[in-house]
Amino acid sequence: MREQGIGASVRRKEDQRFLLGKGRYTGDINVAGQTHAYFLRSPHAHAVIEGIDTSAATAAPGVVAVLTGDDLAADGIGPLICGVTVTSDDGEPHRAPAHPALAQGKVNYVGDHVAVVIAETLTQAQDAAELVDVKYRPLPAVSSTGEAASEGQQQIHDVAPDNVCFNWPFGDKAANDEAFASAHRISSIELTNNRMVTNPMEPRAALGEYNSGTEEITLHMTTQNPHVHRLVLAAFNQLAPEHKLRVVGPDVGGGFGAKIFVYAEELVVGWACRKVNRPVKWTGDRSEAFMADAHGRDHVSRAEMALDENGRFLAMRVQTTANLGAYLSTFSTMVPSYLYAFLLAGQYATPLIYSEVKAVFTNTAPVDASRGAGRPEATYLLERLVDVCAADMDLDPAEIRRRNFIPKDAFPYQTPVVQCYDSGDYEAALDQAMELADYAGFAARAEEARSRGKLRGIGFSSYVEACGIAPSAAVGQLGGGVGLWESAQVRFNPTGNVQVFTGTHSHGQGHETTFAQLVCDQLGVPFENIEVIHGDTARTQFGMGTYGSRSLAVGGVAIAKACDKLIAKGRKIAAHAMEAAEGDIEFADGNYTVAGTDKSMNIAEVAFTAYVPHNYPEGVEPGFDENAFFDPMNFSFPAGTHICEVEVDPDTGVVEIADYTAVDDFGKLVNPMIVEGQVHGGIVHGIGQALLEGCRYDSDGQLVTASFMDYAMPRADNAPDFRVGYAPTDPPHNPLGVKGCGEAGAIGAPPAVINAIANAIGARHVEMPATPETVWRACQSAA
Amino acid sequence: MKIDLTVNGQAASGEVEARTLLVDFLREQLRLTGTHVGCDTSQCGACVVMVDGKSVKSCTMLAAMADGCDLTTIEGLANGAELHPMQQAFMDNHGLQCGFCTPGMVMSGLDIVNRHGRELDAATVRRELNGNICRCTGYQNIVKSIREGARAMGD
Repeated sequence: MREQGIGASVRRKEDQRFLLGKGRYTGDINVAGQTHAYFLRSPHAHAVIEGIDTSAATAAPGVVAVLTGDDLAADGIGPLICGVTVTSDDGEPHRAPAHPALAQGKVNYVGDHVAVVIAETLTQAQDAAELVDVKYRPLPAVSSTGEAASEGQQQIHDVAPDNVCFNWPFGDKAANDEAFASAHRISSIELTNNRMVTNPMEPRAALGEYNSGTEEITLHMTTQNPHVHRLVLAAFNQLAPEHKLRVVGPDVGGGFGAKIFVYAEELVVGWACRKVNRPVKWTGDRSEAFMADAHGRDHVSRAEMALDENGRFLAMRVQTTANLGAYLSTFSTMVPSYLYAFLLAGQYATPLIYSEVKAVFTNTAPVDASRGAGRPEATYLLERLVDVCAADMDLDPAEIRRRNFIPKDAFPYQTPVVQCYDSGDYEAALDQAMELADYAGFAARAEEARSRGKLRGIGFSSYVEACGIAPSAAVGQLGGGVGLWESAQVRFNPTGNVQVFTGTHSHGQGHETTFAQLVCDQLGVPFENIEVIHGDTARTQFGMGTYGSRSLAVGGVAIAKACDKLIAKGRKIAAHAMEAAEGDIEFADGNYTVAGTDKSMNIAEVAFTAYVPHNYPEGVEPGFDENAFFDPMNFSFPAGTHICEVEVDPDTGVVEIADYTAVDDFGKLVNPMIVEGQVHGGIVHGIGQALLEGCRYDSDGQLVTASFMDYAMPRADNAPDFRVGYAPTDPPHNPLGVKGCGEAGAIGAPPAVINAIANAIGARHVEMPATPETVWRACQSAA
Repeated sequence: MKIDLTVNGQAASGEVEARTLLVDFLREQLRLTGTHVGCDTSQCGACVVMVDGKSVKSCTMLAAMADGCDLTTIEGLANGAELHPMQQAFMDNHGLQCGFCTPGMVMSGLDIVNRHGRELDAATVRRELNGNICRCTGYQNIVKSIREGARAMGD
């Protein structure tokens, strides 16, 4: 292993600038002549707009413009789109209401965008927004996921009767019913998957600049996928032609899904900077993030498992109602459908699975992908149900999992729900986790806790997820409007240093380091001579961005392929220079060597020769710079077992995470330090969902958790140090042998925590977030 | 109104409105953008700076209140490219991912050392970080970084 190559815990290149305070986030950028945008938002969950009078605001000091939906429509700026089609059970596509970036006649959630005020200073814009006179006629609001489609509910969109976006059954219902009819036992559970606010620490922001000479718009913004933003803004919103629009995602302070989507604010900033012919900057605050970032999760489900007399799973059926909010966000429809129902097999060889998903509209913020996206919902449902099955069958929770695992010699494994798992050894991860967690010693620990008046419980979660989101053909078949390959360009400069251009985007994941390790390893170029460049449509070739733990599994392979091309081209150049046959040239550690001799040329010399081709092979182009694309054959399927131990104080309901073990299969690790950091972060995100975080709207559709005072983010004292292990397998279709690690913790943790609490207090189920009140009440019922 | 203060050892001054927050003065007038704004309710701690040797959330303080004060921000810790031991510990222990909460975490780490000394147990650090939110790291490596940085500060 090279010192800074694959497998080494190399310190991160990006850290120096972040630690010195020299990161450059969108909000840090200021340009000459800049104006400031402030969005006037709806205070009502559901209302007709009978009129907007902007005259007083327009006349206020420092105001440059006050713009509304009418201005947007007059300029032909298109509505926000949803890019994935789900076919409803009537054969029609999902119902898609118009989603204007600034309201046109109606508002549909608290925080919906009514007007934008642009002024010389932010305070002037805020002050002027107070003067915009909007006449609202409030309508009854729909805020409950479970009741949105019930009879008598207020209708939100004309195009969506009963507030239903789609009804989507999947699986063989008849065969499933038959299996249930002959089952030894049926176990069932009803649960909600609590609504989350994704909350990356940097709120969204945008800075638009228009060059009236070249007619080009440059949009700096908080994005996980600059090219996707450019494509959608150009093709669907008519902001500018694609070649006249530059999107830059500079340093981005976390994403977790929330910065994938095309939102109203960024579109309006891009449009307004041309309209007022001045740079326009918008920096969202945390209240705006709570109100208007796409939220996550928000399911209400019922699930049943049919079991034989040995506790083997015969069939599963699931009914889920998923809240999509007031409008369809960019990828919202695929989250509770393809990213959810296709993961319901989990790690088990359940032969029959039938699911019905009803997606509904409510007067709440749009709901879309958030760390894990569909997979946490599927895993939570399944792993809670498995524990209920274990209780019903009087089986140890580890034993019932073991009995139903897909055996390691069954891979690749075709599940009954579309996905074909690449590789796995679920029992190995379970065994290692039980060893690390000292499962054998649990009874003694529980006994000791009892002596202190605490209830100690242990919970398992054996998850599988589909990530490395890619295969374009599969995505197309499912109704996705894009290809999901990734691209890379690896360029030697004449002086021998290397620039790596990737279509992925790093917003905390450390790509500048990990990808440099790949190139260092493959090309033998010193780590410090490699620069990874991402996030600017003017600098990098087209790419699809970062989400779904895809950057290394898809983007990393594209980089490796570009390096392969360079090595092959260099072989011709080196052979010519050293007067040897190409077949006699060996490449290792950055050197081309004539086999069996000491004649050798470093790849940097080859690069120089390629740019100064005075003595050069015939038919070979000058330059040392290669492009590659990678479109994998399949998703990748990380998996693992997490074991959580909690201590519950039955008098107060307070839950302490006493111990937490994660054993994951991510394939090969490029930078174990970074991977472990991703695991830690994911687990705490999942613990947040399990214990703390719950986004709430009241029955009028008012957002009652709109700040960090009301919405409990996990803090440093909410978790212990974790035990982390790996049980890697080799995914056959991935040339680097890698899977993906960014979402695993958020997927694995919630059921591990809740299973532990249920085990501790002897309850069949406890809803998330398991706040002290919820747990205390559950303790009372259990007693 | 005009304010005069010392920031990272240098004299600084500016014309501010009565309502201008210290964090906005630092970011917008002095262009010290290492201090971040992650919330609007003084919960997240991304804006922590040192004012006269004590950690302050610079979103809870008016710029006018900093008149005559001696401030240190994240930009004032390193000696050129040589990181302060607390910064170095964050790098060595992967105590940061997206970097947004990091300046506040580093400044809070220094404040913890000021108040609890250089031998810190994990529970103390976790408790003392209650005013700093990170969404990326899961905190474990931040706690490790602060403990190690604290020890290294005496070397």
